[in-house]
Amino acid sequence: MSEKTVKAELILENGMRFDGRAFGYIKETVGEVVFNTAMTGYEELLTDPSYAGQIVVMTYPLIGNYGINLDDMESDGPKLKGFVVREKCDYPSNFRCEMDLDDFLKQNKITGIEGVDTRAITRTLRNVGTMRGIITLRGADLTESQIKRKFESLNNKNVIRDVTIKEKYEIPGAGKHIAFVDLGTKKGIIKGFVQRGCRLTVFPAFTSAEEILSVNPDAVFLSNGPGDPKDVPEVIEMVKAVIGKKPLIGVCMGNQLINLALGGDTKKMKFGHHGGNHPVKDLKTGRVYITSQNHEYVVCDLPEGVEAAFVNINDDTIEGIRHKTLPIFSVQFHPEACPGPLDSGFLFDRFLEVIERGNENA
Amino acid sequence: MPKDNTIKKVLVIGSGPIVIGQAAEFDYSGTQAVEAIKSEGIEVVLVNSNPATIMTDRGMAHHTYIEPLTAEFVEKVIAKERPDSIIAGMGGQTGLNLSCELYDKGILQKYGVRVIGTSIESIKEGEDRDSFKRLMEKTNQPIVESEIVTNIEDGVAFAEKIGYPVIIRPAYTLGGTGGGIAENEDQLREILAQGLHLSRVGQVLIERSIKGWKEIEFEVMRDGAGNCITVCSMENVDPVGVHTGDSIVVAPAQTLADHEYQMLRKAAIDIIDSIKIEGGCNVQFALDPKSFNYAVIEINPRVSRSSALASKATGYPIAKVAAKIALGYRLDEIKNAVTKKTYACFEPAIDYVVCKIPKWPFDKFKTAKRNLGTKMMATGEVMAIGNNFESALLKGVRSLEIGQYTLERKYSHSKTLAELKKRVAVPDDERLFDLAELLRRGYRIDMVCELTGMDKFFVKKIKNIVDMEEELKQMSFDDLDEETLRRYKKMGFSDKGMADIIGVKPPEIYKLRVKYGIIPVYKMVDTCAGEFEAVTPYYYSTYDKEDEVVVSSNKKVIVIGSGPIRIGQGIEFDYCSVHSVLALKRAGVETIIINNNPETVSTDFDTSDKLYFEPLTEEDVLNIVEKERPDGLILQFGGQTAIKLAKFLREMNIPILGTKPEQIDAAEDREKFDEILEKLNIKRPKGKAVWSVKEGIEAAAGLGYPVLVRPSYVLGGQGMEITYNEPQITKYLEEAFAKDSKNPVLIDRYLLGREIEVDAICDGEDILIPGIMEHLERAGVHSGDSISIYPPQHISEEIKAQIVDETRRISIALKVVGMINIQFIDYHGELNIIEVNPRSSRTVPYISKVTGVPIIDIATKVMLGAKLKDLGYGSGICKEPDKVCIKVPIFSTEKLPQVEVSLGPEMRSTGEILGVGKTLKRALYKGFIAAGTVVPRKNGTALVTIKPHDLPDFLPIAQKLEKLGYRFLATDGTAKYMEENGISHVKVVRKISEGVPNVLDIIRSGVVDLIINTPNKGNRAASDGFKIRRTAAECSIVLMTSLDTANALVDVMDSDITTDSVDVIALEDIK
Repeated sequence: MSEKTVKAELILENGMRFDGRAFGYIKETVGEVVFNTAMTGYEELLTDPSYAGQIVVMTYPLIGNYGINLDDMESDGPKLKGFVVREKCDYPSNFRCEMDLDDFLKQNKITGIEGVDTRAITRTLRNVGTMRGIITLRGADLTESQIKRKFESLNNKNVIRDVTIKEKYEIPGAGKHIAFVDLGTKKGIIKGFVQRGCRLTVFPAFTSAEEILSVNPDAVFLSNGPGDPKDVPEVIEMVKAVIGKKPLIGVCMGNQLINLALGGDTKKMKFGHHGGNHPVKDLKTGRVYITSQNHEYVVCDLPEGVEAAFVNINDDTIEGIRHKTLPIFSVQFHPEACPGPLDSGFLFDRFLEVIERGNENA
Repeated sequence: MPKDNTIKKVLVIGSGPIVIGQAAEFDYSGTQAVEAIKSEGIEVVLVNSNPATIMTDRGMAHHTYIEPLTAEFVEKVIAKERPDSIIAGMGGQTGLNLSCELYDKGILQKYGVRVIGTSIESIKEGEDRDSFKRLMEKTNQPIVESEIVTNIEDGVAFAEKIGYPVIIRPAYTLGGTGGGIAENEDQLREILAQGLHLSRVGQVLIERSIKGWKEIEFEVMRDGAGNCITVCSMENVDPVGVHTGDSIVVAPAQTLADHEYQMLRKAAIDIIDSIKIEGGCNVQFALDPKSFNYAVIEINPRVSRSSALASKATGYPIAKVAAKIALGYRLDEIKNAVTKKTYACFEPAIDYVVCKIPKWPFDKFKTAKRNLGTKMMATGEVMAIGNNFESALLKGVRSLEIGQYTLERKYSHSKTLAELKKRVAVPDDERLFDLAELLRRGYRIDMVCELTGMDKFFVKKIKNIVDMEEELKQMSFDDLDEETLRRYKKMGFSDKGMADIIGVKPPEIYKLRVKYGIIPVYKMVDTCAGEFEAVTPYYYSTYDKEDEVVVSSNKKVIVIGSGPIRIGQGIEFDYCSVHSVLALKRAGVETIIINNNPETVSTDFDTSDKLYFEPLTEEDVLNIVEKERPDGLILQFGGQTAIKLAKFLREMNIPILGTKPEQIDAAEDREKFDEILEKLNIKRPKGKAVWSVKEGIEAAAGLGYPVLVRPSYVLGGQGMEITYNEPQITKYLEEAFAKDSKNPVLIDRYLLGREIEVDAICDGEDILIPGIMEHLERAGVHSGDSISIYPPQHISEEIKAQIVDETRRISIALKVVGMINIQFIDYHGELNIIEVNPRSSRTVPYISKVTGVPIIDIATKVMLGAKLKDLGYGSGICKEPDKVCIKVPIFSTEKLPQVEVSLGPEMRSTGEILGVGKTLKRALYKGFIAAGTVVPRKNGTALVTIKPHDLPDFLPIAQKLEKLGYRFLATDGTAKYMEENGISHVKVVRKISEGVPNVLDIIRSGVVDLIINTPNKGNRAASDGFKIRRTAAECSIVLMTSLDTANALVDVMDSDITTDSVDVIALEDIK
């Protein structure tokens, strides 16, 4: 252990404290604490904008083993608030490794804590539910009232605004033209469409329906993104205005926004789904796929005319919806994987089918 | 797709005896499968030749046949039981090959038996090398450039084309038997000859070597609807080139980025989906560490050693789920037994590191070539769980029972840097320690990686341990503050390991830990990394804050398991541990198992009420005892592994059930034991401990030749020899004292009599002997390597009565409560005692099965305080059945280059089979068949080389063979003796030194049906006899090295018994 070791603590909202050592960018941070059970893919997680506002706890104990490379980043940099691992690897080994985890977090000003009992934290979050947390270096010096104020200061209402793009841009392609609304998208989703020859016009989150429709796309796609879908009523309004005019497809946050726009609801889950091993059943075929997931909220109270397309077989939550008459189809999980199993990559083809022929095949 | 209700009666085929490459893992998977099928209300018929297994217990399957695993015998079982279905993938390669054979021969069709689970067509697509290649082409999966050859010349030509080195893999063999890596043409020719011979279909694959690539495995499940999941990824620390069974393996894979991981996972799923596996499958990949290039090495469409490891590593019961899939269930219809809420259709998330380390038999086989390659040589393995790699590795190392508590090994320490550098380049069983030593001396990590092909990640982790060991050397005991000690404990250092380095006694470290409150906590293996609440009480230790164990206030007992499978301590002990747990459960006692062997039934998470997957060292056991505060510990069923904890546990005042530690000590201490026998007036072969050659010669003369000589400090018959005269003993003693002059040599009178063995239960007042076993081979052959006969055929009633009497008196004198095993010699009507083990022995499962006496159940009850008279089996000796049941040892010596093959005082067998018949000859016939010994034809040719001392005993055998129309090839001495004694058709063969064709050429030419060779002195690789025996073993020619076994075989040959004339007998019908 080097002399640089800085003691740190993770303090949860329920008062539990976990000692460890700070790494990465050494500065106090506060965020919503969630755990992720994926055993590989920490780099993709770190750079997934959907984690904006959150402190992520990795349940797998050894993180950083293969380092960081620039190719596997899912966005231009990490957006999360903190990273909690049992053991970070200082000697990564992989032919593509360009940086180690510690330096990557340092460069991106992300606070990390290692040496903590991550399983105990996970069990706490499982039992109590998602909580806010602070990674602090001040230990006992941090008073109860300071902690309380810290927690109250956490406001994740604007996270989509923080991670969406500023200007719209285009990706040329000979295939279907998709108006891609970037709510904090992962690069993997864009890649999924590009690989299928699509032309994309990528819009910032808060673009009006008129502007989107003005490019006359074949469909409107809503990406993943951080936070509570109800915090972006403007986007819901935009989606409402598109319904019936263009086919609508979506992933993750996109799925939730579509359901809300159609008149359905969303609710916060106890501790969400974050990992690469979630079994999802296609209700049409009965086939089960192992999927990559990352969400705190889930769709519920499906409106008239909308049916569940996919369901999670662990907890029966709805993992995808389909409109019975209109070409509207979206999923809660991540067909682009990155990280996670590639099993549901076929959904990009299904999206294109919906655009082409309506939701018969959705 | 719910259960297929047309399935009413299923045939399950087991994997047969324990051999290298096929061990207890198939008892674990087979037992799970049988239970899973039974739980659906379906009748189960089981065939397995191995009596030491849990799966062949009475009451496990509905109909159990411990019969030879040949198509002929299984057909008889099918004809008798008429199952409607067969499940092929539960009995390892043996079960799979046999299922294919039954299918190919039309036997399944003839009796209307359908294959459930993965179909034979699918199996063949994956197993047959040629169709595997086509399959990979079809699914666009890269493979290593290769070609199947059926003769040597084609092989050489192909190798020229792709360039050396090349890997040779025979089709349809276990654990890569007969394979290897050839660097040049000479080596290729040698390996190819053997491989072609051993392959059932005469096919061998030659492929480009991809030495240095990472070896990654996936365990995959698929159901009939096409749903696929991967249970676990595993990464071999040793790169491609070392058989995965001989590699240190970690789970999950540690050095793959998500990109590589998902690439291989998808490939695995695409493959099993394309051949429509219905059940479990193992897929092995080689991955270039410098690119995304990979190659599929092989697939195993069945449960396997790796699937057992993956099951234990994750908590996902692969065999059980595979069995349910075979019955028609979909993955999303099968409940996850760990969470009871989620389903089998998900992928386990692991939040710890699992490390598997092989256990090799080289401590027993001193002459063996220890280099590891594509042929598996390990007999067993240990698994360890930690939340960092270092702790998993260190726990694994101390679980091996090789006296290592750190990575510092004396042998490695004695080597020069140059020697170490050379040694690590060639993998062997000590590479881990050599590598650690190199790092200790400052050798660069990247250079170690280059020499070994190991990933930097692992080498750096090993360096971390070495650095901490070195740091500790600079410390005194007083430097161990709380923070430092905690840091070492978190990294997996043992108290003993730290104490040895610092130079204190382990209890000092222990006391310091207690003072600082540094005690382990236990975390759960729950399949889901804590995401869901789990109900399986399956734990491993860490030095964290939160403990997950709920300690009850119930009456509870800890059963200590027997650790890794090794020669002399096999699956039998796991059988006993499991039965003890079951007995305790029935008695309403909470049960806890501690064990470290992932292959076994005892470490199945639902065998006991709680499972601690931990090393079986004093410290690790004590930690659990202090946590659980049990009412007692049971050591009797865990072999020497458990027994050797007795003294320590007594010192710690921990209650041990059954025979007290001091009594165990009395039985194991020669002097104390001699005193007891003296007092009881029970005879034993006279003996003496001597300290010099002169003293030894005098002692031997006094005792009378032959004498048995052995060093006093080793166990298990190692170094034991029979000497017949003064020159022989002089040579032995000179060598023994040159090697070690600080310990005496023991000299015993050697009684060439009939060996007899009993397992008895004693409650302190009375005894129960389920049966007396007689050994076919006379004294001088290790009891574990003899053919055991029950009921005895050549023992008088007087001797039997005397055996019962002496067993009673010894047991009571030793205050035995529970099991005792005693070995006797009947020397011309005079009963002598040769060994007493105050614990369960390896004959317990066999004798339990054939007598129907639930020995372990009774012994466990007795240990809990019950009296034999109240248990319903009476006392004294049980009634004998009307059938003869023999236990035949099975050897794996053909898999271990340069290992002695002959029978002798050192145990060498790895497993056993059972032969049951109406008469001894019939039982022997089945026994030989089940052991894979082809009963030689009449009018054949026998090669005989007999040591002078044995010639008179050999003569009657030669006469019988002559009558059977045999011609003889003999070395000159044997030939001369035979001719002098009127045997005709004897031809002298040249010794190895006498040119070509010599005796070895004749063996290889295939003209010999039977070889009888009695060794002058074993373990001498340079001797002719050794080479003859090795060649025979490698060419799979029937070899007899004991005249008693040879005589029995010749009697069977003479008896005209054929497979048609013997019946299969259900275990339930042995009464």
